[in-house]
Amino acid sequence: MGVIRRTGSFVLKVNPILCDGFGHCHELAPELVDIDEWGYPIIKKDPTPFGNVRALQSARYAVRGCPRQALSIERVGDQP
Amino acid sequence: MIKANSLPRLMHRASGRPLSLEEHDQEFGLVDAQTDFLGELRNSGLTGRGGAGFPTYKKVELLSQQRGHGKFVVVNAMEGEPASHKDLALLNANPHLVIDGAEMLAHMIGAKRIAICVSRDNPIVINNVKRALHERTRRSLRGPEIELHTPPWRYVAGEESALVHWLDDNESLPQYRPQRPTILRIGRNAVLVDNAETCANVGLIGRFGASWYRQLGTESSPGSTLVSVTGAVDRAHVIEVALGTPVKAILEVAGADTDPSAILLGGYGGTWLSGDNIRLPFATEYLKEVGASVGAGIIMVLPKRACGIMETYRITKWMANESARQCGPCAFGLPALAEDLQQLVAGGKDRKQSLDRLIHRAAEIDGRGACKHPDGVVRMIRTALQVFDKDLQNHINGAPCVGSRDTKFYATVPRHEREEDLVWE
Repeated sequence: MGVIRRTGSFVLKVNPILCDGFGHCHELAPELVDIDEWGYPIIKKDPTPFGNVRALQSARYAVRGCPRQALSIERVGDQP
Repeated sequence: MIKANSLPRLMHRASGRPLSLEEHDQEFGLVDAQTDFLGELRNSGLTGRGGAGFPTYKKVELLSQQRGHGKFVVVNAMEGEPASHKDLALLNANPHLVIDGAEMLAHMIGAKRIAICVSRDNPIVINNVKRALHERTRRSLRGPEIELHTPPWRYVAGEESALVHWLDDNESLPQYRPQRPTILRIGRNAVLVDNAETCANVGLIGRFGASWYRQLGTESSPGSTLVSVTGAVDRAHVIEVALGTPVKAILEVAGADTDPSAILLGGYGGTWLSGDNIRLPFATEYLKEVGASVGAGIIMVLPKRACGIMETYRITKWMANESARQCGPCAFGLPALAEDLQQLVAGGKDRKQSLDRLIHRAAEIDGRGACKHPDGVVRMIRTALQVFDKDLQNHINGAPCVGSRDTKFYATVPRHEREEDLVWE
């Protein structure tokens, strides 16, 4: 709990049905989320290492700041 | 017993009216309940006939590992593709074979209920299925209960999660499923969704065995499949062919134009193939080399005189209207793609930019919906831009090809319904 993992990597995932294109995720995590012409997020597909603490922190901000709670952080790979 | 290496198998004794239960039993024989259905299915190497081509055995095995006593088998005969007629043709020819297959699947996974889904726009087929269900009483108390359901007809309503969502007393909208493979559920009960043609094939495999089944088709895609041929044909045809038959032979049998400029394989979310490729065998392992697949067995033939960009525009416009409007990239992106294509077709002022915009937008939309609806449209547009390169250059140079001035169109596109008139439940 509250431990920042240093191994493995993560991707942000959006539920496109819930997403209404508020664009908060782009504001909060610009390095991970790009935005299309209609305001919907285009999320970076290749995984970011958990060691990149700044990116992880902004991903967490994006997840918490999403008005529709459509975002989640997903671990990639099976490293514990 | 039907001969193994002869066609038709699925459409055996097909005539104007469906086979009654008596005739069906006479022709196909009774099912031996002691057969190892799952083993036969594994050896047969049957792949799903609804478009994705997933091995049926794996799906059934996954579902048989699920817990619960109230599992469902759903027979998907929704026929979302306007260019496809095979499921309805099959139910009109031999509904009992489909139901037999569904019962075998239910036996394999331990399901108690079977739901046959036919969209409510097909009263004749619904009547046929009703009659077939009336003819066969439940074989035993342990046998599954069969019911007929009639969801509304929408392009995406035939998608498995949308169908299951509808059966679960909701709107027929596709759902977001981040984990794959997903197990769809009605309430808490796991659901096995299979295409009607797949069920009919299971019905054959369970009766006659895997080695019988493998006598037609190729090594990695055995059996026969139903192909709907539309477009430049006198009459839309549903033909049963062995997998691996050259596309050209299929076109000849259907009475279609055998020197087409292009064919659309796999439906409106499929791939355009240029006319030189029609020598290829109709089986996924060969079509994969040119980036296509068998899909749901749809071949739309486009003759030389037609304009491919125009047809692509018409299809895209309709597909954009059929979007469930749940995900932004699909709800806004597909109409935008249609608009760009219209600019190209009509030769608007900024046609050069609209081509760039089209390519950019297609790349942006790809893979960002909850279901595969936008991905299919993007794939269709991308392959169209490759195949109809010459037409495209003409359009951009301000000299629209002859076909686009023609008033005859080849892709069947149903009526555009207004957004508020779309029925989802």
